Amino acid sequence: MESEKTVLDNVGEAAETMTAAAAAEAEEVKEEVMDVLSETTEEAAEVAADEVVEEIAEEADAEAEAAAAAAVAINRKQYPSAPRKKSKNLARGNAIAGFLFVLPFIIGFLLFLVYPLGMSLRMSVSKVSATSNGLTFSSVGFWKPGSNFYKIFRDEKDFIEAFVNELKRMLLFVPGILVFSFFMATLLNQEFKGRAAVRAIYFLPVILASGVFLGIDANNPLISNVKEAMRADNSFSNITNTLEKILLTGETGNKFFQYVIDIVGQVYDIAMASGIQIIVFLSGLQTIPPSMYEAAKMEGCTGWESFWKITWPLIKAMVLVNIVYTLIDFFTRTDSALMTLISDTLLIRFEYGKVAAMSWSYFIVIAAVLGVSALIFSRGVYYND
Amino acid sequence: MTRAERRKAFWDRNRKSGGYLLRKRTKSVLFRIGRAILLFGLCFLIIQPLIQKLCVSFMTEMDLYDTTIVSVPRHFSTQAYTITWRLYKGIPTFVRSLCLSAGVALLQMLSCTLVGYGFARYKFPLKKLLFGCVILTLIVPPTTIITPLFLYFGDFDIFGIIGKITGSGKGLNLQGKALPYLMMCATCAGYKAGLYIYMMRQHFRNEPKELEEAAYVDGCGRLRTFFQILLPGARPMMVSCFLFAFVWQWTDQIYSRIFFPTNTWDLVSTKLFNIVNLFDGENKARFGMGYVTQTAYANQIQATGSLVALIPLLVIYVVAQKSFVESISQSGIKG
Repeated sequence: MESEKTVLDNVGEAAETMTAAAAAEAEEVKEEVMDVLSETTEEAAEVAADEVVEEIAEEADAEAEAAAAAAVAINRKQYPSAPRKKSKNLARGNAIAGFLFVLPFIIGFLLFLVYPLGMSLRMSVSKVSATSNGLTFSSVGFWKPGSNFYKIFRDEKDFIEAFVNELKRMLLFVPGILVFSFFMATLLNQEFKGRAAVRAIYFLPVILASGVFLGIDANNPLISNVKEAMRADNSFSNITNTLEKILLTGETGNKFFQYVIDIVGQVYDIAMASGIQIIVFLSGLQTIPPSMYEAAKMEGCTGWESFWKITWPLIKAMVLVNIVYTLIDFFTRTDSALMTLISDTLLIRFEYGKVAAMSWSYFIVIAAVLGVSALIFSRGVYYND
Repeated sequence: MTRAERRKAFWDRNRKSGGYLLRKRTKSVLFRIGRAILLFGLCFLIIQPLIQKLCVSFMTEMDLYDTTIVSVPRHFSTQAYTITWRLYKGIPTFVRSLCLSAGVALLQMLSCTLVGYGFARYKFPLKKLLFGCVILTLIVPPTTIITPLFLYFGDFDIFGIIGKITGSGKGLNLQGKALPYLMMCATCAGYKAGLYIYMMRQHFRNEPKELEEAAYVDGCGRLRTFFQILLPGARPMMVSCFLFAFVWQWTDQIYSRIFFPTNTWDLVSTKLFNIVNLFDGENKARFGMGYVTQTAYANQIQATGSLVALIPLLVIYVVAQKSFVESISQSGIKG
C-alpha cells in the first residue's frame, strides 16, 4: 500500500512537471506563430495558438497517464497480491463471488421448482388429457362450470371436508406443540440425573416420525380399517373418557374443556411432532445468562414475574422460529387426509388437472397462514446480538 | 457425622427456622418426584410403540391370536424376520438404499454448504429476495410439484439445448433413473434442502469475520479462504447436515415413489410402504386368491419391517446423537 502510494505520488509529480514543460513549450510556439503570422489578425492567431497549446497539453496529459499506468503495472509485478483499484471493484467482485456461491440454488430453484410450479399452475386451469404424444392441455378457465377449481370447491365434498379438517387440526396442533415443547424444554433445562438419556429419547421422534414411518399405519388398508372400527366402538372406557364426561356436563366452559381434552387426546402425536421444537427452545433457554435470574431474585422477583420479564422476551425469537417450523412441518406432512386424497386422485384416478388445482389452493392457504402468523408473532421480537 | 446425628441436626435447624426448612425440603422432594414421574411417563410414551413392535415381531402366528398374550411372546420365533427379509429382497435392497442415501446426502451437504456460505458472507443484489425463495422451497408441498417434475423428466431439456445436441429435437427420457434426483440434490432442490441451507447460513454467520479478513490481508483468494479457512470449522455442521439428509432420504417415500419405481429400484422406504400389500400378494399366490391375510399377521409383518428399516438409523442416532442435537440448537440462535 505504502509503496504504491509513493509510486503514484511520484508519477503525479512527473506528470505535473511534464504538463508544465509542455505549457512552456506551447508558449514558445505561440510566440513564434505570432511572429510568423503577424499579418493575420491577432484574434485569429490567438485562437490558432490556443488550439495548438491545447493539443500539446492533451498529448502531455496522455503521456502522463501512460506513465502512471506503466508505474502501476510495474508496481503490480512487484506486489501481485495488493488489492486492485479499491472498494468499488472489491464490492463488484464480492457480488459476483456471492452470486457464484448461490448459483446452484438459483439453477435448482428455476429448473426444479419454478418450472414445475408454473406447469402445475397451467395444469390447474386446463383439462389435461393423455394422448400418444404425452399430455395435451386445453384451457378450461379459472372459475366457471367445468373448470378444475369450480369442480373441487363445488362438487368435491371430500376435498372441502378434508381441507377444513386440516385447518381445524392446525388450530389444535400448532399451539399444542408449542406449549408442549416449551414445557419440555424448561424441564430438560433443569439439572437431574440421567438428563442426557432423557434428552436423547425426546429427540428420537426426529427419526421415528419421519417419512414412511409416519404414514405407514394410516396408509395401510388392512390395518386402518381395524383402527376405525375400534374408534367407532365407544363401549370401552378409560380414565380420560370418564374425566371427559364429567367435565363436559357443566354448562360453562364446555368449548374450552373440549379443546383441552382434544389436545390431551392427541398427546402422542404432539410429542412425536415436537422433537426439533424442543431443541430450539432448549438452546434459547441456555443462551439466557443465569445472572439475570439471580439479579431479578435479589430485587424480589417471583418465579412467575421473572418468567414474564426475562424468559419470555428473550425466548420470543425462538417462538417465531418454532411457529414457522411447526406450521411448515404440519402442512407438508404426508399422512394427513388431505394429502392422501391428493395422492389418491393422482395415482389412482389420474386427474392431473384436479390434483394441480387442489395442491395450488392448499399451497396458497399455507402461504397465507404462514405469512399472517409470521407477521403477528414477529412484532416485538428482541434479538440478543 | 452419623445418620442419626445428621437427622438431629436437621430437626434442630428446622425448629430454629420455624418449620420453614421442613416445608421447603418437602416441596422440593415432591417436585422432584412429580417431575420424575412426568418425564418417565412421557419417555415411555415415545418408546412404547418401539417396544411393542419388538415384542410383536418375535411372536409366532399363534401367539398373535391369543388374547391372553399382551406383549411377551409365549412361543419365541424369528419367523417374522425371515418373511420380512424375503419381502425386502434382503441385502441388495439395503445396499442400494444405503448408497443412494449416502450419495444424496453428500450432494445435498456440499451444495447447501456453498449456498449457505454465499448467503452468510457476501452482499449481492436481490439477496433478500433469493433468501425468501429458499424459504419458499420449504413451504411448497411436494405433492404440488411432483407430477410436473415426473412429466418434466420424461422429456428433459434445458431451453432446448439437449435437443439441439442430439439432433432429435426431443429431450432425454430420464424417468426411472437416479440422475434427475441427483441433479436436484446437487442444485439444492432436493428434499428439505432449504432447511440445510438455513442451517449452514446460520453457522457461517456466527463465525468471526476477522478470520476471513486476516486471510484476505495475507493474500488468500476468495475460494482458497473458503476451502482452507472456513470449511474445516464448518465440519461439525456439515456432518449434521449429512446425517439429517441421510435419515430423511432413507425414510423418504414421496420422491422415492416417483423417481425410483419399485420393480427396478427397490428401496427400503418404498418396500416398507408396500410391505403389507406384498405380503398379501405372496400369500394369495401361495394359498390361492381366496386367502384372506389376517390383520394381526399383517400388522406383525409391518412392525417387523419398520424395525428392520429403523435399525441402521437407530445405530446412527446413538453414535451421532450429539451432532443431531447441537446443529439444531446452533441454528436456532438468532432466529
